[in-house]
Amino acid sequence: MTAEFQTAGFQTVFGSLQDYAKGELEIINDSPKNYAFSNVFDVASRSAAYEKVVVAINLGYVLETLRAEGTSPWFAASHDEFAIVMDGEVEVELVKLEAPAAPASKRGTVQLSGAPVGRRMGHVKCKRGHQVLLPQGAAYRFKAARPGVILLQTIEGELSKQKWREICYT
Amino acid sequence: MSALDVVASPASNETGYRSFQLGSFSFSRDEYFVRVGWEANGQQLSHKMSADAFLRAVMRDVAWGFFYGWVNFDAMIGTRNLYGKVEFYAGTYNPAYKERGLDHTETFDSRQIMATFKAMLDDWTNEGFDPFAAPDETSKSWLGKKRGNNRGAIERERQACKRMPGLPGDAELRTDANGYPVNRAFADVSQDEPEIHAEPGFEDELHAFSLFAYLSRSDVTWNPSVSSVLERSLCCPTTEEYILPIKHGNDRVEWFIQLSDELEWQIEDKNTGAPRAKVIMKAGDVAAMPADIRHQGFSKKRSMLLVWENATPELPQLYESGKLKPYPVEF
Repeated sequence: MTAEFQTAGFQTVFGSLQDYAKGELEIINDSPKNYAFSNVFDVASRSAAYEKVVVAINLGYVLETLRAEGTSPWFAASHDEFAIVMDGEVEVELVKLEAPAAPASKRGTVQLSGAPVGRRMGHVKCKRGHQVLLPQGAAYRFKAARPGVILLQTIEGELSKQKWREICYT
Repeated sequence: MSALDVVASPASNETGYRSFQLGSFSFSRDEYFVRVGWEANGQQLSHKMSADAFLRAVMRDVAWGFFYGWVNFDAMIGTRNLYGKVEFYAGTYNPAYKERGLDHTETFDSRQIMATFKAMLDDWTNEGFDPFAAPDETSKSWLGKKRGNNRGAIERERQACKRMPGLPGDAELRTDANGYPVNRAFADVSQDEPEIHAEPGFEDELHAFSLFAYLSRSDVTWNPSVSSVLERSLCCPTTEEYILPIKHGNDRVEWFIQLSDELEWQIEDKNTGAPRAKVIMKAGDVAAMPADIRHQGFSKKRSMLLVWENATPELPQLYESGKLKPYPVEF
């Protein structure tokens, strides 16, 4: 088989809310729970808008799945966060906060009670596969005209929801 | 002997390859095979691997700096990272050898084993063979007698950002201009970049890039880069095609997020190699790799995988001592 032949035949498969297939676990001598196996599109298809569902956790660090739909509340964190758009088109609006939204010791995302006070930093328009920095010291909110999916690298916080029994193979 | 001394023979008159010594382990190669020799229980023992498989495995060990935990070249030999020191073993995690006392492990200064592995790679990788490439992308020049070298391939630096690629002073994004064309298997991946609309004064603070386009331009397989850093939380995406050339034995929990296509993981017990499970991941799937397993991946089409690591230095000891359970969450 030549490289030229293969190039003509390659089709890269990404998932989406509308079209995804969850993989499988073949257990030989183990518990399926040890793998905490879920799917971000499956999770987002059953989530409320901007609900922060933990899909991976490692001693306080988390990856969360968010269903992007409409305009989110304003969020901030005392540390950087990173969002990857897994499906849809998401606009991220950012404001440099005049004062921290939470003490430096508070971990994870916090929700602001109203509009942030500070200078507008700008906005970023993201499509599938795009990664955006949500920097420490900034407030941000998401806007999505149609449902999409965000994978967020952050730290477990007061908004993080763990519902492993509902999302994982057992 | 200094830590960086490499013990090697002159080039063989027959094959052109040098042989190497690492502690009491001997390493030699011929036209097809690499042979590793050791002594245990008063007996001379040896193990053979196809030279291409050996070179692919050593290449990962070198590129990853011995990675987290165990890098099993196959069911017999490999390395364990002790962070500053590295064990090389033969038969230690193979019950048949272990039970009869025929296994052997030696601990080396990381610099010494790294220097020896780099010298082996340099001498045993012939011109035209790229140990990082998928089989379809490289030649069969790994076999036969010594013919030149491929230093451009084996001396690639692992691309690790400090915060996020593309930020001022951080790792570069991949472009045609800096030598990263789109891989043949990702020719259909959109190269659109996010639209960044920064207010004056925030041009360097507002940042985004296309992770999928970045990955479509990866020139290596099974070699994670680092694409975002949050304290000890590292996102390490990679592109995978054919077979992971090693079986990675975890010294901590790691997580996989399948970004595209499909990948199958064969999961074995870390110490014995006994099969435990198969994890078949499709785009959007998320799965933990427990701290007490070894795993090897199979990808029939080049796929994008996000490996998520916790680089906290104390983790190996916490898992080893039983203070942390080997799986990430109870439910």
